[in-house]
Amino acid sequence: MIKILFFAQMQETIGVPSINMELQDNTVGELKERLTETYPSLFASQMAMVAVNENYATEETVIQSGDTIAFIPPVSGG
Amino acid sequence: MTSEMHEVTSEPLQLEHVIRKVESPAAGAITTFIGTVREWTKGRRTIYLEYQAYVPMAVAMLEQIGHEVNTRWPGTKVAISHRIGSLNIGEAAVIIAVSSPHRRVAYEANAYAIERIKDMVPIWKKEHWENGEKWIGNQAGTVVYPDGQPEKEMKQT
Repeated sequence: MIKILFFAQMQETIGVPSINMELQDNTVGELKERLTETYPSLFASQMAMVAVNENYATEETVIQSGDTIAFIPPVSGG
Repeated sequence: MTSEMHEVTSEPLQLEHVIRKVESPAAGAITTFIGTVREWTKGRRTIYLEYQAYVPMAVAMLEQIGHEVNTRWPGTKVAISHRIGSLNIGEAAVIIAVSSPHRRVAYEANAYAIERIKDMVPIWKKEHWENGEKWIGNQAGTVVYPDGQPEKEMKQT
């Protein structure tokens, strides 16, 4: 089981702040493809970065059971 | 959520509290930056702002910015507090305090810290207007991340 976190506009697109999913030994890129099947517009409008367990990761990063994945749309703090 | 020097909080920010964290007998200067909620942006009137954060990662990234500043300008102390939740016009959204033996570095390091916050700390703001609302993306509108993530460290300009 992995936990996926969404923020800002992406959270509104999904309708919830987080979802759990059974997933193991898949890459971040593969997770994005799976999410796009359910939410076609999720990654369409803006380029999101991704963090695995609170560290910035890449499309090739491999996800393990127990990981927390966060999609990070362009930030606007300050 | 808070570490010793860096915090993300829904409570109103207090300048004195942030300054106290960087006070030091070695300091000859303390600079502070206060980011406040602006009423008018590109001709549109904001009623209030809503800030959201990925809190544990945001605190970790603020700590990283503190480390970057210490590495680049040895002898500095950095404290950053960022507020989340609903903020009214004029309220402080972020306070950065930097102390240094000499003033020039205190200014430079403080300016570096806010640019890094806007680059890579997972915090977002939503403008609420009289007749609508919008999550704001990267404000420069020009930043792209070819590697899918921010640069490890900002190039010095």
